[in-house]
Amino acid sequence: MPDPILSIRDLVVEFKTDDGIVHAVDDISYDVYPGETLGIVGESGSGKSVSTLSILGLIPQPPGRIAGGTAMFKGRDLIKMKKKELQHFRGDEVAMIFQDPMTSLNPVLKVGFQLSEAIHTHYPKEPMDTVKARVIELLRLVGVPNPDTRYEAYPHEFSGGMRQRAMIAMAIANSPSLLIADEPSTALDVTIQAQVLEVLKTVQEATNAATILITHDLGIVAEMCERVLVMYAGKIVESGDVHTIFRSPRHPYTIGLMDSLPKLTEDEEWLRPIPGAPPSLINRPSGCSFHPRCFQSQGRLQCREEVPALRGVEGSEHLAACHFSDELIGRTSKFSAPVAGGAA
Amino acid sequence: MTEPAPAPPTIGQAGLTDTTVEAGLEIKVRSQWDYARRRFLRHRLAMGGLICLIIIFGAGIFANYVAPYTYDGIDLNNILAAPTTAGHHFFGTDEIGRDYFSRVIYGIRTSEEVGVLVAVLSSLIGLVVGAVAGYYSGWLDNILMRITDLTLTLPFLAILLTAAALLGTGSQWRVTFILAALFWTSIARVVRGIFLSLREKEYVEAAKAAGAGDTRIMFRHILPNTLGPIVVSGTLAVATAILVEAALSFLGFGIKPPTPSLGVLVAGGETNPQQWWLTVFPGLTIVLIVLCVNFVGDGLRDALDPTQRRVRA
Repeated sequence: MPDPILSIRDLVVEFKTDDGIVHAVDDISYDVYPGETLGIVGESGSGKSVSTLSILGLIPQPPGRIAGGTAMFKGRDLIKMKKKELQHFRGDEVAMIFQDPMTSLNPVLKVGFQLSEAIHTHYPKEPMDTVKARVIELLRLVGVPNPDTRYEAYPHEFSGGMRQRAMIAMAIANSPSLLIADEPSTALDVTIQAQVLEVLKTVQEATNAATILITHDLGIVAEMCERVLVMYAGKIVESGDVHTIFRSPRHPYTIGLMDSLPKLTEDEEWLRPIPGAPPSLINRPSGCSFHPRCFQSQGRLQCREEVPALRGVEGSEHLAACHFSDELIGRTSKFSAPVAGGAA
Repeated sequence: MTEPAPAPPTIGQAGLTDTTVEAGLEIKVRSQWDYARRRFLRHRLAMGGLICLIIIFGAGIFANYVAPYTYDGIDLNNILAAPTTAGHHFFGTDEIGRDYFSRVIYGIRTSEEVGVLVAVLSSLIGLVVGAVAGYYSGWLDNILMRITDLTLTLPFLAILLTAAALLGTGSQWRVTFILAALFWTSIARVVRGIFLSLREKEYVEAAKAAGAGDTRIMFRHILPNTLGPIVVSGTLAVATAILVEAALSFLGFGIKPPTPSLGVLVAGGETNPQQWWLTVFPGLTIVLIVLCVNFVGDGLRDALDPTQRRVRA
């Protein structure tokens, strides 16, 4: 394997609230390799967005605080970097695509202007007509019809899918080496989702950027990603190759997530959700955070008292944080093989 | 750019062209400002006010050409003459035979200069203070807003009178700066409120993620979204400034005669209570200007508020 482009170690992010300290991200480590797509899945509030936003300095500070850890990007620690330096990295080396395209474009500025600005901020010496030509090219790349006229349009004249395309164009404007897509298709309807994901794929091939795809849609993960991290209550509970995880998950939470999806080939009367609700990140359950909802734990003492470490289960690539992950060998989820076309 | 982009492969809907253009059905692109302009043009009261205001302010700007006499020209044959068309003394003359119509027109010039300049200056101050306070919030916001509160609680007239007394009266610029120094508070509060809410918007976060700095976000991204309320309160500030200047001058702490301002002219009429025209005409002019400015301000408020769907008479 080549050297990782982003390597996060022992990252801890906390938010101070009136009720106590929220441990949004608790001691996580992962690597992102050039050109790959890494999926981060988990329930709302599991810390998947915060884990990436924090390394770019995009969480409000205060109340947020990076309590520890390093994030080495191309040999530099993003967390120790000064505000001004980080600003130069954002949008140039590392770019983000946000969840809601309807509100991520400024309503009073022309789309073309906003895209040009993304380039101009980092390359102020570039002549304006070169930038404009580049923006039109980008709009064409992401599949906006008539990019010449669309350059002059305002965001309200774009549909949701078009806006997300524009946001993707903005993200890749400076050919970043890392692209972070934070639920890029959640706010769109299913057919547009498929189109946007296709655009994302093409763009990734064109720029060869490493991509972190944050989502709660396992179908999208199966479709887009090579490796997956499953997060629960601020911790990584399982990680590994997408095929391995789908074929033989080794953490009860991952199994629960997969089982909660309806299967189209069977006539199912009821969905099978994971019982209970995600824990409060202020007062987490003792031991394994998942044990109150876990079908595997069955009230065992070790689950209640000992925090399970993330350890290799099958080779060094497949990691799971469960005391009894060996008991799950042979247990298949509903997906014996990754579902094809899961996004649509 | 780090590298020239590769020849763009087309994907998704890229193969499609906009069929509306081919069919000759050109869609006219309308910006928010286009819509605002249309709403404003349909607002009859505001348009009436605007036309009236253009005439009045135009007369003030081109006073040299419009006024039949200079503002200090003395006509000893017509002292305290009643309004008449003879000799073009439409508004009569005062006790030393100066043509009041001309003086009112020159007075408009002084008043409008004060009004507009105060509005512009105070808007600028308020804008910067409000933007910084709202965007950064925290202790900076606290300090700036306490200063604003302090300025607001100062007894307006007393401060104006003291300042005028300390700094001396007479110069129209001095009056302008004193007024601007006291007028910025309301705009600062409005701007701060908007900045506080807009800085949480996703597009601000997106701009931040794209590498934009604080100044750029404040003035390129958030400011255009606040222009509506700023234009409205700036317009209304013109009216208030003209009124306060008139009041100050009337009390003798504003602009010193012989420079005519509308307030000076009203005060001049006081010494000759029998001659009604000396008070009524400049007074009416003030009322008319303030009324028109307020109509225009109202119209702008309606036009610039996109949530406003009410059709106005």
